Amino acid sequence: MELPLLHLALVGTPNSGKTSLFNALTGSRQKVANYPGVTVERKEGFFVTPQGRQVSVVDLPGTYSLRGRSPDEEITRDFVLGKASGESVPDLVLCVADATNLRLTIRLLLELKRTGRPMVLVLNMFDIAARRGITVDVERLAKELGLPVVTSIAVRKGGTADLLRLTDEISAKIAAEAEANSWRALSVAELRATQREADRIIADCVSLPARPDTWTARIDAVVLHPVCGLMVLTLILFVMFQAVFAWAQPAMDLLKSSFDALGELVRATLPDGLLQSFLQNGVISGVGSVIVFLPQIILIFLFILLLEDFGYMARAAFLMDRIMGGAGLHGRAFIPLLSSFACAIPGIMATRVIDNKRDRLTTILIAPLMTCSARIPVYTLIISAFIPAKDVWGFINLQGLVMFGLYAAGIASALIVSFLIKFFMLRDYAPAPFMLELPDYKMPRLKSIAIGIYTRAKMFLVRAGTTIFSMMVLIWFLASFPQPPAGATEPAIDFSLAAIIGKALEPLLAPVGFNWQIAVALIPGMAAREVAVAALGTVYAIEGGKEAAEQIGQVLATKWSLATALSMLAWYIFAPQCASTLAVIRRETGSWTWMAVTFTYMLVLAYAASLLTYNVAVALGAG
Amino acid sequence: MTDTNDTRPHIPLGLAKRGYTGVIQHLSAREAGSALSDIELESRLIELGFVEGARVEVLHEGLVGRDPIAVRVDSITIAVRRREAMAIIVA
Ligand SMILES: Nc1nc2c(ncn2[C@@H]2O[C@H](COP(=O)(O)OP(=O)(O)OP(=O)(O)O)[C@@H](O)[C@H]2O)c(=O)[nH]1
Ligand SMILES: [Mg+2]
Repeated sequence: MELPLLHLALVGTPNSGKTSLFNALTGSRQKVANYPGVTVERKEGFFVTPQGRQVSVVDLPGTYSLRGRSPDEEITRDFVLGKASGESVPDLVLCVADATNLRLTIRLLLELKRTGRPMVLVLNMFDIAARRGITVDVERLAKELGLPVVTSIAVRKGGTADLLRLTDEISAKIAAEAEANSWRALSVAELRATQREADRIIADCVSLPARPDTWTARIDAVVLHPVCGLMVLTLILFVMFQAVFAWAQPAMDLLKSSFDALGELVRATLPDGLLQSFLQNGVISGVGSVIVFLPQIILIFLFILLLEDFGYMARAAFLMDRIMGGAGLHGRAFIPLLSSFACAIPGIMATRVIDNKRDRLTTILIAPLMTCSARIPVYTLIISAFIPAKDVWGFINLQGLVMFGLYAAGIASALIVSFLIKFFMLRDYAPAPFMLELPDYKMPRLKSIAIGIYTRAKMFLVRAGTTIFSMMVLIWFLASFPQPPAGATEPAIDFSLAAIIGKALEPLLAPVGFNWQIAVALIPGMAAREVAVAALGTVYAIEGGKEAAEQIGQVLATKWSLATALSMLAWYIFAPQCASTLAVIRRETGSWTWMAVTFTYMLVLAYAASLLTYNVAVALGAG
Repeated sequence: MTDTNDTRPHIPLGLAKRGYTGVIQHLSAREAGSALSDIELESRLIELGFVEGARVEVLHEGLVGRDPIAVRVDSITIAVRRREAMAIIVA
C-alpha cells in the first residue's frame, strides 16, 4: 500500500540553516547566505526517506515568533497555522535551531508547541557548536521539551542522516498524535514566561564555554568601528566596481574574438542572402554582443556572494542605518538595495523583511535605480567606445572611474528620491525601529559560491538564449524587411520597418540627442536592458552591410557624438527599461498604481537627465 | 529605584557607552518614545532575548550620534537604535 505524502515544514529563527537543510534534503539550490532574512518565500521540495517514504518539505522564512510582523513572517505564520489558502497544516514541523545560539529558538519552539503540531527540534550547525566546545545534553533536552531532538550539519555530506532516520521513525506513528491548536498571539507576560522557561531549560541542558567566537570579535573591532568601518565599506564597493571593469577584460576580449571568428566563419561558408544575414547579424552580432559581458556579470555576483556568505551584509546595514535614515530609508533597506546591484527583482523581493509598510514601499520604489548587472553591458559598451583607457592619478583607470561614477549617480539619485518621498508624501513619518541580529562570521564555502555563480551564469545565458534571442529575431526582421526595391541607391535598411518606426519616434528623442537607431533599440530594450546593446549591434550590422565586420563599439565611436553617448549613459541610469522589474513591483505592492508611479517617475528622470546631459555636452563642444 | 551605594545605578541601555556591561533589570517601553506601541516594542525586545537577567554588553556604536549600537545579549549580537534601547533598563 502506498503511504500518503508526508508533509514537513522547516520553521526556525532567521539564519539557523533552514534553507541549507532544505537543500541538503531535497538536492535543491535555493539561496543560502549568512544574514537573517534570506528566504522570503515559501518553497516546496520532495525527497524519499531511507525507508522509502515519500516526503514533501517546505522551506519557510525565518521568524522569532508567530506574530507575523512583516510580509515574510506572515508567510511562515499562515503556513504553520494552516491559514494559507489551499494549504493543509504540515504533518510534522522541523524546528531548526542554530546549536550555538539556542535561546531564541527554544522560546519560539515553546510557542510553536501550542499549535499542537507534531514537532522535532533539529540542532543544526552542530559542527560549529562542537568546535566552540558547546555541549548539549540531547536526551535531557528532549525530555524537558517533550519532543524528539536530533543534531544535524546541513552543509556536510551525511550531516542529515540522523534527521532522516528520525523522520522514518516518526512518520510510522504520526497520524494518531494530532492535537488541537491552542495558539493565539502571546501577551507580553506570556512571551516573558516562555523566554524564562527557555533560559531555564538551556541552563539545565547546555554548557557554554566562556569563549565566544573570538574571530568575529576581532574582525568586528575594525569592520564596525565608526570611522574605519565606513572606510572599509567604501573601499569594498570601490574595489568591486573597479574590478568589474578592469579584471573582466581579458576574458571578455577572448569571448569577443571568438564571436568575431564565428561571424567570419558564417560569412565565409554560407552563401550571401537572408540566412547568412540572419546568423551573422541577428544571432552572432546581436546575442553575441550580450554574452560577451558574462565575465563582468560573474564578477559582480562573486563579490556580492562573498559578502553575503561571509556575514558582512548585516554589518553594512548596521553601518548605514543612520546614514540612510537621513534620506528617509530604513537600515534594513540596505541589503535589498545592495542585492539590487545584481538585479532589482530579488532586491525588491528581499524588501519583505521590512515590517513598516512605508519603509518597504520607499525601498521598492528606489530599488530599480540601483545599477543592476543588466546595465553593465550598456555602460561598458559606451564607456569603452568613448572614454579613453588612461590612468588618472597614476593608478585609477579612467574607464573604471566613470563606471564608479555611474554607480554613484544611481545611488545618489535613489537617496534623493527617497528623501523627496519622505519629505512630500510621508510628512508624519516616525522612524520605525531597526533591530537586526549580527551573525557570527563564517568562512565562505567554495561549493556554495560555485553553485551561486553557476545558477546566476546559467540564468544569464538562458535569458540570452530566450528573451534576448527572440527580441533579436524581431529586430533583425524589422531591420531587414521590407527589402529595398530593385535599383535603390540608399542603404537597404532605410526601407525597413525598423527605420520607419525609429524615424517616427526620432522627433521625440532628438532633443536628448538620440538618433533613430537608438529609438528602435530602446523598444526591445524594455524586455531587458542589455537587449538594447544587442539591438544596436544588429541594426548597425545590417546597416553596415557585409563589409562591416567591425565591432559594435567601434561603429558607435564613429556614428555617435560624445554628447549622444553621454546622454545615453544618463538615460540608462534612470530609464525604467525592464518589464520584469515593473511586474514584480506590481506583485509586491499589490497595486498597478505604484507600478505606474515607478514607471513614470523613472521615465521623467531619464528624459530630464538625458536632456540636461546632452545640452551641456553640446554647449561644451562635445556635439 | 534601588540606587544605593553597593548596587550599580539603573540606567537605560540607550544611554550606555561603548564597553558598558550589565544585567537587564526590567523593560520599560514607555520611556523609549519609539514609533511602535509600548506592547509591540516590548514584545519585540523579548523575542530578541532582552529579558530580565540577561547579560548585555555594548560592543559597537555607529558614527552618527553614536547610533545604532551593537549589543551582546548572552550569546548573540543584536543591532538596535538607542531610541529603542531606552526601553531596556540595565544595571
Ligand atoms: N558550519 C555550518 N554552517 C551552516 C550549517 N547550516 C547552515 N550553515 C550556514 O549558515 C548560514 C545560514 O544558512 P541558511 O540556510 O541561509 O539559513 P536560513 O535559516 O535559511 O536563513 P533565513 O532564510 O534568513 O531564515 C549560511 O552561511 C550557511 O552556509 C551547518 O550545519 N554548519
Ligand atoms: Mg532560508
